[in-house]
Amino acid sequence: MVEPMRDIRALWRESAPVLRRLFFVLLLVAGVQPALAADGMAQPVGDPAVEARVNKLAEELRCLTCMGQSIADSQSSFSSDMKREIRDMVRNGKNDKEIIEFMVQRYGDFVLYRPPVKSTTWLLWGGPFLFLILSLVFLVVKLRKRRGQTAVELTETEHQQAVQLLGKRKDDQS
Amino acid sequence: MRRFLFPLAVFIVLAGFLAAGLRLNPREVPSPLIGKPVPAFRLTQLQAGDKSIGPEELRGKVWLLNVWASWCVSCRQEHPVLVELDQQKKIIIVGLNYKDERAAAISWLNQHGGDPYLVSAVDADGRVGIDFGVYGVPETFLIDKNGMIRYKHIGPVTAEALKTKILPLAEELARG
Repeated sequence: MVEPMRDIRALWRESAPVLRRLFFVLLLVAGVQPALAADGMAQPVGDPAVEARVNKLAEELRCLTCMGQSIADSQSSFSSDMKREIRDMVRNGKNDKEIIEFMVQRYGDFVLYRPPVKSTTWLLWGGPFLFLILSLVFLVVKLRKRRGQTAVELTETEHQQAVQLLGKRKDDQS
Repeated sequence: MRRFLFPLAVFIVLAGFLAAGLRLNPREVPSPLIGKPVPAFRLTQLQAGDKSIGPEELRGKVWLLNVWASWCVSCRQEHPVLVELDQQKKIIIVGLNYKDERAAAISWLNQHGGDPYLVSAVDADGRVGIDFGVYGVPETFLIDKNGMIRYKHIGPVTAEALKTKILPLAEELARG
């Protein structure tokens, strides 16, 4: 009764490293599989030149449902619909300006990551420069004021007090 | 004391801006379609699959176009409000069944208190939705007698939104 038991143990001991290795290989394969699948899904369908243009345009457009992502980055159904529209327009020979115009007509300037300069957006574009100019003016005014100030003359007692406070030795002050 | 005044003022202004920013809803993007004619479409009807519907049929009437879907969770919230509005017979409600399946849409209506729509247009691939600038469901458009979009409500229609905004504007449009 003891013999077969020992056989099994020996077999386990001998095969354990092999099994362990096999297990890791399986894990690796399992890990890679979904990545391969996802990659397969992201493969562009059809003409790579068309896809390149679709992607370039999609990067300029905001995904309105996901906030903070472009249509190119997002996997939402809104973005995939948008990409489908862009792809159709590219295939129909529309130029970039017409495609962007199509989106703006429907979704407003908000879909653009780079909104056009107009009366409602001048503060957005000019704001940083305005702030820079204001800060420079502020700095110049402050510096001018400082230059106008003359050094305060100390009386003898004040001078003595200052020396005491600073703890300076007598022979330093000549 | 005076030297603290300037930083304090800066802080108050900044806090004011941030407080205002917190109150804004980033999901409410103003529609560029307000004041523009309703996009043309011709779609099959939900309940009668052999018939179609387009905005021309509603010329001369003030109507609401409500974008809905059976997969839309917030639509459940607004549905009783729309059913009640339909019973009051104050305004025509047309549905745009957005990216949905016919069978699922019809059974959803039956499960959630009935069909408040005069007719629902089936926009299975969402193309008409894009023409309307739809990016989240539900959305509701108020359209005047001349087929102009006059107002857009984003998110579920509430009794309060109807009372304070949508219905007063609709009455005004019906008179004028």
